[in-house]
Formats: sequence, C-alpha cells, structure tokens
Amino acid sequence: MTPGSVLFAVCAAICLAGALLVVTAKNPIRGAMGLLTTIVGIAGLFLRLNAQFLAAMQILVYAGAVVILFVFVIMLLGPGAGTDVASPQRPRFSQMVAGAVVTVLGGLGLGLIYYGDEHPFALAPASHGSVAAVGGRIFNQGLVPFELATALLLVAVVGAIAVARGTPSGQRAKAKKQENPTLRMFAGPVNRPGAAGAARENT
Amino acid sequence: MELGLVIEHYVLLATAIFTIGAIGFLMRRNVLVQLMSIELMLNSVNLTLVAFNRRHMAEMNGQMFAFFIIAVAAAEVAVGLAIVLQFYRLRSSVLSDEASSLRH
Repeated sequence: MTPGSVLFAVCAAICLAGALLVVTAKNPIRGAMGLLTTIVGIAGLFLRLNAQFLAAMQILVYAGAVVILFVFVIMLLGPGAGTDVASPQRPRFSQMVAGAVVTVLGGLGLGLIYYGDEHPFALAPASHGSVAAVGGRIFNQGLVPFELATALLLVAVVGAIAVARGTPSGQRAKAKKQENPTLRMFAGPVNRPGAAGAARENT
Repeated sequence: MELGLVIEHYVLLATAIFTIGAIGFLMRRNVLVQLMSIELMLNSVNLTLVAFNRRHMAEMNGQMFAFFIIAVAAAEVAVGLAIVLQFYRLRSSVLSDEASSLRH
C-alpha cells in the first residue's frame, strides 16, 4: 500500500461515513457535521487527483461558509429544527417507491462501473491543478463566466437578505389583526383602519 | 492494488455518495436535511468532474466546471437557507410537508 492508496482509502471511508450520517442523523447539527466530514474527505480526494486549488476552494467555501451557514440556521431555529424523525409519521408509499427506485438505479450504476474495464490515469505534470494553472485558465478563457459568477453571488446575497429579513414583528402583528387576509388585497385604502389618515399625511 | 489511480474508483465512490444523497432527499422531510442532501449530490458530481479532468489533462475544463459549481452551490445554499428561515417563521416547522399553500 503506497501513501496515495492509504489517502484514497481513508478519504473514501470518511466521505461515505459522513454521507450516511447526513441522511440518518436525527439531530440536524449532527447532519451538518456529517456534511463537513464528507466535504473534508472530498477535499482529500481532490488532493489525490492533483487538484490542489480546488481542494483549497472546497475547504474554504464549503467547510468555511456553507456548513457554518447551516449551523447558524439550525441554531437560529432552535429545537424546532429537528422535528423530522421525531414525528410519528411513517414514510409514505410514494417516498418508499422513490427511494427503492433510486437505490436500484444507484446499485445498477455501481455494478456497471465495477465490472467495466479500468482506465488508469496518465502521469500528471507538477503544474496540473495548481493555483497558477487553474487561475490562468479561468482568467484567460473563462473570464466572462467568472464575472457572471460574481454577479450571481452578489444577487444571491441580496436575495438572501431580502428573503430572510421578512416583516418586523410589530408590522406582522398589525397585519394579523385585520379580519380577513384574503380580502385585504381587494379592499380599497378607505376600508383599512388608519389608511385614510396615512394617505392624508402623505399628501 | 493501487487505489485512486484508476478513474473507476472515483466514479464508484461518487455514485455511492450521489445515491445516498438522493435517498436522503427523497426519504427525509426536514428541509435542512434535504438541503444537505443536495449538497452531497453536488459534491459527488464535483468529484466526478475532477476525476475525469485528471484523465483529460490538456484542458482544465473539468476543474473549471467544478469551480463554478462550488460558486453556484454557495449561492444556492444562501438563498435556500433564507427561504427555510422565512418558512419556519410562517409555519413554525421545518417539515417539507407543511409547504402546502399552493396545493389545489
């Protein structure tokens, strides 16, 4: 067993254990830790594949941002975040059928790959997957997609703030007091309590 | 046997992780766990992309794709978790069964 083989075996075991923990954990915090384990394992596999830059990105973005975001949200929700397995409902028939179909398809794929011919890798040059190589490729040939990705991230951050902020609690309490929420959109401004005064103030 | 120098090892592992993630997405009802399962599937696809890139090394298309997938996944998680927060405020629950306002 060479060190590379040991790295692959350890990382593969870590990935599978983490993935199983994500799916089976009752507590979502444990699921997030399983996700973290899988991500670190995949970063190790990236190293085995001579993709050092992507391994660093994987750790930075996934372990440093995505998992932390998950943990923040789970802690923000408190004990309400874990009411999934604790609920007495059994998985529905459609869920069982979908799970069985996916399991069969995955097993079929595994078998096909396992019994196929092997395709070994060629020897990689030392610069393969380095920061200089990937960065040069991105900024020489992929500059427009890169800039579009930055725009996407900016829009996503603005959208996340806009969605998560919601309405202030006082405003929501006022909205709850109004008698029929479905009729509210059809009602003129005169029917709303306090709206006439607000309109007068605006003019 | 030398592990990790053949593309089949990586594709096998990625298939296993993708299947686990898909089963988790279908069988669990906690929206948070479903989002984590989506992340598992995205990660397994990244692994296959980088592995195939190792076999076709002349152009770095596989690693470029993996890079952009990481960026898009980060954006997706930010928006998805904001929606989960808002959903919890609305229904006091994180079960995806509760998201039934658009039914009928």
